[in-house]
Amino acid sequence: MLRASSSSSSAMLKASLSTPALSRPFRAKLRLARSLATVADPPVRRYGGLKDQDRIFTNLYCRHDHGLKGAQARGDWHRTKDIILKGDAWIIQTIKDSGLRGRGGAGFPSGLKWSFMNKPGWEKDPRPRYLVINADEGEPGTCKDREILRGDPHKLIEGCLVAGRAMNATAAYIYIRGEFYQEASHVQQAINEAYAAGLIGKDACGSGYSFDVYVHRGAGAYICGEETALIESLEGKQGKPRLKPPFPADVGLFGCPTTVANVETVAVAPTICRRGASWFASFGRERNQGTKLFCISGHVNNPCVVEEEMSIPLKELLEKHCGGIRGGWDNLLGIVPGGSSVPVIPPDVCAEVLMDFDSLKDALSGLGTGAVIVMDKSTDIISAIARFADFYKHESCGQCTPCREGTSWMRNMMHRLTEGRAHTREIDMLLELSKQIEGRTICALGDAAAWPIQGLMRHFRPLVEDRIAQYRAANGPVAFGGRLVKEMNDDIAIPDNLGARLPEAFKAPQSPA
Amino acid sequence: MFARLPKRLPAPILFTRRPVCSSIPRKSEALFIHRDTPYNNPKIAFEFNADNMKRAQEIIARYPPQYKKAAVIPLLDLGQRQNNGWTSISVMNYVAKLLEMPPMRVYEVATFYTMFNREPIGQHFVQVCTTTPCMLRGSTDILNACLEYTGLEKAGMTSKDGKFTVVEVECQGACSNAPMMVVGDDFYEDLTPATTKKVLDAFAKGQKPKAGPQSGRRTSENSAGLTALTTKPYGPGEFCTPEFQ
Repeated sequence: MLRASSSSSSAMLKASLSTPALSRPFRAKLRLARSLATVADPPVRRYGGLKDQDRIFTNLYCRHDHGLKGAQARGDWHRTKDIILKGDAWIIQTIKDSGLRGRGGAGFPSGLKWSFMNKPGWEKDPRPRYLVINADEGEPGTCKDREILRGDPHKLIEGCLVAGRAMNATAAYIYIRGEFYQEASHVQQAINEAYAAGLIGKDACGSGYSFDVYVHRGAGAYICGEETALIESLEGKQGKPRLKPPFPADVGLFGCPTTVANVETVAVAPTICRRGASWFASFGRERNQGTKLFCISGHVNNPCVVEEEMSIPLKELLEKHCGGIRGGWDNLLGIVPGGSSVPVIPPDVCAEVLMDFDSLKDALSGLGTGAVIVMDKSTDIISAIARFADFYKHESCGQCTPCREGTSWMRNMMHRLTEGRAHTREIDMLLELSKQIEGRTICALGDAAAWPIQGLMRHFRPLVEDRIAQYRAANGPVAFGGRLVKEMNDDIAIPDNLGARLPEAFKAPQSPA
Repeated sequence: MFARLPKRLPAPILFTRRPVCSSIPRKSEALFIHRDTPYNNPKIAFEFNADNMKRAQEIIARYPPQYKKAAVIPLLDLGQRQNNGWTSISVMNYVAKLLEMPPMRVYEVATFYTMFNREPIGQHFVQVCTTTPCMLRGSTDILNACLEYTGLEKAGMTSKDGKFTVVEVECQGACSNAPMMVVGDDFYEDLTPATTKKVLDAFAKGQKPKAGPQSGRRTSENSAGLTALTTKPYGPGEFCTPEFQ
């Protein structure tokens, strides 16, 4: 073996010596005839290209009947009784094995989360137990749950039963955002049909397990998508997040053990149970397994919602399902890969990033809800992010001071920056402000408000500086807070800390105003 | 509360002397304080009609009996629908009485959620989404088209004939079908200024245009032809593990 390999290597050496004009890559190719090392590299796996037979949501585009008959023809409610009879431990273990992570944005492993409901001795607790479905989809860019609610409502109802059985819940509440009126009526219709067919209610599917499902419509508040705020709202109060602990699994809805789960997470559970955990786990990279609904909006040729394999490259997702970026890939300015609350990523990162939790986290962004917002070069990205700041200012519940006050401040500063009416030092002040909000609030809305701005400054800071320089070239220096120095009255005492007389490293604007 | 104040304060005190603070207080976009007006005061009677009462009982039955107040949001919504699309103080008081909760708790809820209009609205409530995904696809033009059609100066107003109220709203969750607007309960998606006017025109004539995308596609699929779900959906038991076939 050794001799053979050494002879082959010497032959190769001779070959390479005899052709000194060979380019380097070609020499490298020659050397590919493996000599000493015997460990072969694993084949590179490409993700994406999900087949129709592996898609879970087969009525995503509402081409078929969304009622019970149509749903049963598509395989819903098929031997649900057997799943129920398998028991809670089996369902939870299946979900754990499948590697399903919560699809609502945080990506917490679902099997683990559901198992928190079955603490040792839970049987002795006389309280009812609830599963709450979070269908309060309000994150800008996200429109995946809507398609499930109107196209495949029975998948959700069946999912409620299966997930409810796994956590031994007595009832499920589906909290649908108030704006989704048609969607809520589809779900209500599905519930009525399921009750009439004996699939839920007392003795659900004939398994002896009793389970109720109710719809609750919200009334327009993004914050109610946060799990404890959703519980508060469901109890008929203002949607203001609660402090944790106690976690909802101990004290949740109506003071009872509760688990809040996203629509997509719950709706895929029955299919995973029927088709096997290993089937679901065969998609996507390790720790990011499964299929996922992606909703693509913004400057692509054909925006759409599509179910794809996790870890599909972002570029492939856009080119395969959306007809590419408007004006070609080179016209790309940036992409927000997971809904409004994750930072924007620049084109060079977009070209190689994979659509899963870990890859996007490494790219200093996040998968969030899988809502891809594409911006081409015609976009004024500063005003796009400023609009997000508007959104968070509007949706802050007003409970924690850093968020309530900070979102207003960030909004005002961002709107000045869209004009360029600011001092360059204010960029850092804005970043500092965002750091003061991040992590200092009860819920994640404060973080979500801060991240888009941090992302903007991380990747597009020269653009912002240039905008400021342009404004300065046209209007003269600007003090902190946006006051023009030329409008200041020198006769009255003006505090020295407004930056009006600050020497500024002044760059000429890069592009014409 | 303000009954004891003189009817009109001398003007100079209010407006010329601002000794400490010189900036004008910035008002929130909605008034959170109730002021009695001829059209909105607690003396105006409100009660659910028979249909809504039945629905209300159904809704209340969904929650544990000791947590009747969980039904406050759905009931306020019912009340708003019965009361021509807005939630007056009488609606709030009535819901409070029905659910046996302090009226203040109902006021809290009604002021917190954006879907409760506490001022009367026009016959057709037009909500144009202007959040970033819609903004990128040109929602500013849609908003302007709405304002131009209804002859309003800015969003948040009702047209003179009382037919249209146009407001700007935050994300409605139809981002792949941007730009979009909501009229009443229905989503009108994939709009252009021309189709926006067409939709509003139909409403003005008393018709009800078809909800959904106005561009020819059916839901949120790729408009250039399906890229997924092109084959017949699989049936019960197909591809399942042997146990579940």
